[in-house]
Formats: sequence, structure tokens, C-alpha cells
Amino acid sequence: MEAVVRRLGVWALVLLAAISAIALTPDSGFAIHMGIVALVAVILIIATLGTYDPLAKAQSIFKMPPGPSRYDDDVVRWGVIATMFWGLSGLLAGVFIAAQLAFPDLNLEPYLNFGRVRPLHTSAVIFAFGGNALLATSFYVVQRTCRTTLAFPGMARFVFWGYQLFIVLAATGYLLGITQSKEYAEPEWYVDLWLTIVWLAYLAVFVGTILRRHEPHIYVANWFYLAFIVTIAMLHVVNNLAVPVSFLGSRSYSAFAGVQDALTQWWYGHNAVGFFLTAGFLAMMYYFVPKQAGRPVYSYRLSIIHFWSLIFLYIWAGPHHLHYTALPDWAQTLGMVFSIMLWMPSWGGMINGLMTLNGAWDKVRTDPIIRMMVLALAFYGMSTFEGPMLSIKAVNSLSHYTDWTIGHVHSGALGWNGMITFACVYYLVPRLWQKERLYSLRMINWHFWLATLGIVFYAASMWVAGITQGLMWREYGSDGYLVNSFVDTVSALHLMYVARAFGGILYLTGAVIMAYNIWMTIAGKQRAEAPMGDTAHDEAADRPILHEPAAQPAE
Amino acid sequence: MSLYEHLRHFADSYGLAVIFPLYLTLCLWHFRPGARGHVETAKHSIFKDDHDGQ
Repeated sequence: MEAVVRRLGVWALVLLAAISAIALTPDSGFAIHMGIVALVAVILIIATLGTYDPLAKAQSIFKMPPGPSRYDDDVVRWGVIATMFWGLSGLLAGVFIAAQLAFPDLNLEPYLNFGRVRPLHTSAVIFAFGGNALLATSFYVVQRTCRTTLAFPGMARFVFWGYQLFIVLAATGYLLGITQSKEYAEPEWYVDLWLTIVWLAYLAVFVGTILRRHEPHIYVANWFYLAFIVTIAMLHVVNNLAVPVSFLGSRSYSAFAGVQDALTQWWYGHNAVGFFLTAGFLAMMYYFVPKQAGRPVYSYRLSIIHFWSLIFLYIWAGPHHLHYTALPDWAQTLGMVFSIMLWMPSWGGMINGLMTLNGAWDKVRTDPIIRMMVLALAFYGMSTFEGPMLSIKAVNSLSHYTDWTIGHVHSGALGWNGMITFACVYYLVPRLWQKERLYSLRMINWHFWLATLGIVFYAASMWVAGITQGLMWREYGSDGYLVNSFVDTVSALHLMYVARAFGGILYLTGAVIMAYNIWMTIAGKQRAEAPMGDTAHDEAADRPILHEPAAQPAE
Repeated sequence: MSLYEHLRHFADSYGLAVIFPLYLTLCLWHFRPGARGHVETAKHSIFKDDHDGQ
């Protein structure tokens, strides 16, 4: 009882503080954010006061198996649902802004213009979709590979729900125009502080679980997860060092200025790609690909070389985002050289993943989940080849600021991150909800081909658009003036932008099919369908042709 | 010399001399004689519990 009273007191204080902030702030966006915090406090007070348990209610909606399982999977199940929900929202936002670029009338001022929805899209797919996938899979994998339950179960739940609050604050902030204008680090100071708390709790849960492991060796997937968690903590804190204008307002100013600020931002930005979208997802790859294939990873030693090379090389590659800027030339060259060196370990990792299927390649035909994983690895290889190539200064002088970069990012994000996440969710859902199998394997096949075709439309149209843009921007006439105005290049790209939006619609359609498949699996249904990979067999025709003596006509 | 210069020269001399051998050691550590058994155990460790704890 005392604990309940104390908890109530804490929530009441939070509520009081939020209400006073709403009353005192002159900043309407900040007031709305404090309103969200107050709402959370009210929900927590109601949940603490009564017997009404909103979490148990929600768990029964999603048909989560009741009672304790051997491992602490409750938070993993929530993570999977959040991954699906944010994935659909993020992809929808992406299709919407792609359509805005092709048809500018879709810019609905002020809340839904391109400038506000674009960070909503990037954060939703990277941090909400990808982040929840990483949270869920890391808690799943670390328990299995360490043969133990989560170290601090209560804190793990705080990490999950605290992270959702971060996402809601970030997303609403973008639409309200609250941003510190740093790419992939748009949330303002108070949201950054909240994420720091959540992230340190995540680190504590993960490290605590590793420390109480019952296996002597820490499996390599956990190395990648740990590198992801530790590095993101470091990047997030350093890049978001800022001084708020007022504690009752959303504005803040960065601790760095000029080119130092730019370099810090891209040191953060590129390592967010390297450690959030690469190391974390490689951790998924190193656990789920061998599990789904039923074979150990091709070379464990290669996976360790892959790991240390990424750690030692990635951190220097950021300056390639600032070629031909005020950044010192040696720093630009350093970034370029380390980016090119990264090609080797990346391909080592891709080959390691693909060769895991050595001797089981038939599964690509019969198992659509394996097929998705293979495609993800192929795109990991393609984008880690394209990236170093684009970082070469001569290439960058053509490609930088063009849509080629957007195409490159999406071949990595849709191809590698998206496909490996979908494959892992398909792997996880029947196991987490204790179902015999997924609702439908053939729907995964549909998802696979829609997504693949979508990526092809996306990447191909952006290559054409990017090179067109780059060449038109740099074209000089004989009189020494630029030949094209900016708007000429925009109208030249219209068709490519339509093709890109179409690719996005295909990819989103695949994800909608997935959501239906997952929903029906959770509901406990199984679709009646012919199994995948059955070869036609005609028993009657399966016999030798016997020589029957033909009847000889009498002469 | 400014702090910038000091840090810069520290990075491309002592820093490099420490980090590069550290990288090589970490990569090659699992190739040392006697590591084969540990590597094999670790490689197969994810299949010990085939029922995924459900």
C-alpha cells in the first residue's frame, strides 16, 4: 500500500509539473508536448489507483499468451506489434512525401508540408520501426543466447514504453514545427534528455542480462547489439549538446558552431547509419539467419573480424558527408579513405551471411523467409558497395545533393533493414504467440515480390533522377553561365518522381499484406493453401516405357 | 602549438600506434592456437535450445 501511495505521489508531481509548464510557457508546441506528458501521468494514476489494468486489457486484445513463459517475452511481443504499427505509419508517410514531390499541391500547409512530414517519415522508419525491431529482437536474442531471463524486467518495460513516448513526442513535435534542424537528430533538448534516460536503462537491462548469462561465451550477435547500444548513447549525447533558451520553451542552440557543428552532426549522422542501421541489424542477421536456415554461421571467425573492422573503421567515415565544404581537406580525405576501407568488412559480412546457406540453397525456393533474408543480405552488399563509391570525392561531386543519395539510402533501408526486419518478424510471431505456423506462407511470397519490385522502381528511378540532376546542375554553356535553372531540373524529374512514388506504394502494399498475415496468425488462424515448393508429381507417368511388340499385320 | 595541433599530432602518432595493433590483436585473437574449440562451441551455441524456450 505504501508503495502505491508513493507511486501515486510521483505521478501526481509529474502531472502538477506538466500542468504548470502548460500554464507558464509562451510556446504552444511546448504546451502540447507537456499536455502529452500530463496525459501519460493521468493514465498512470488511473492504472495505479484502480484495479483497472490497461496493460492486461491491451494484452488480451492482442491475444498474448497469459502467464509466465520460460523467457521474459512480454516486452518482445509488444516490440513486434510496435514494429508493425510504426512500420506502416512510416511507410505511409514516405509514400505521402514522395507524392508531394511529384504533385506539390499535396503540401497541406502548415502541418503536413514536405518540410515537416519528411523528418516524420525518416524518424518513423529509422527510430520507430527500426528501433522497435532492434529493441524486440535484442531482448529476444540476448535471453536465448545467454540462457537467462532479462536482468531487470521492470526496467525493460520502462525502456519499451519510454521509447514509445519518445517517438510520440518526436513525431508530434515535427508536425508542430519543433526541430533543432539536425538531420536524424531533430527532437529538441527535453525529448533528447528523455531518450538519454531511456537509453541508459536499455543499456543497463542488456548488460545486466549478459552479466547473468549461463553460457560461457557471449554469442557474436550480442557483440553487435552491445556496440549498437553503447555507440548510439555516445553519439546521441555528444551531438545533442545544446543550451535551451528557456526551461519553459522548446528552442535550444547547439553547443558547437560552424564547421565544428557540421562535423559533429555528420559524425553522428553517419555512425547512426553505421551502428543503428548496420551493427544492430547485423546482430539480427547473425542470430536469425542461422536459426531459420538451421545451420551455424559460415565462419564464426569471419564474423568477429567483421565486427572489429566495423567498430574501428566506421567511426572515421562521417566526414564524407562534407566533401567540398569548409571542413579541412585532410578530414574529407580521411572520411573518404575510411569509407572505401569499409567495403571489405561489409562484403566479408555479406558473404558470411550468404554462405551460411551453403548446402541448403534449396531453401531459397521453398522457404520465403530465407528468401527475404537472402535479399536483405544482397542489398546489404549492394548498398555497402554503392556507399564507398559515392564517398569518393570525384563521384561525390556529381552525386552529392542529388536524388542518387536518396536512392542509395533507400536501397539500404528498404532492401537491407526492411527485409531483414520483416524476415525476423515472420520468424518471431509464431514462436512468441505459440502458434504452429504463420497464417500464410504464400502471402510472404506476395510480400517478397511486391517489396522487391518496389525497391527496383525506387532505386532505378532515383539513379536516373540523381544523375540527371547532377549533370544538369553542372552544365555550363560556352559563355560560362549555367545552362539550367533549378526549376528546369525539377520539371525534368517529374516522371522519375512518379515512378518513385509508385515503387513506394508497392512496398507499402507488401507491408499491408504482412500486417494482415501477422494479425491473422495472432488470431490463431491458418490459411488453407498448397505448401510452397511442392514439385508436381504424376505417379501414373512415373514409369519406364516398355517395349510392347507391335502387332504384325499378316501379309 | 595550439590544443588542436597537440591533439592532432597525438592522434597520428601515439594514438595510431596503439589503435592499429589493438585492432589487429582483436581480429587475430580467435586464430590463436587452441581457439578452435572455443570458436566451434560458440558457433553452435544458438542451437542448444531448439525449442526457443516456448
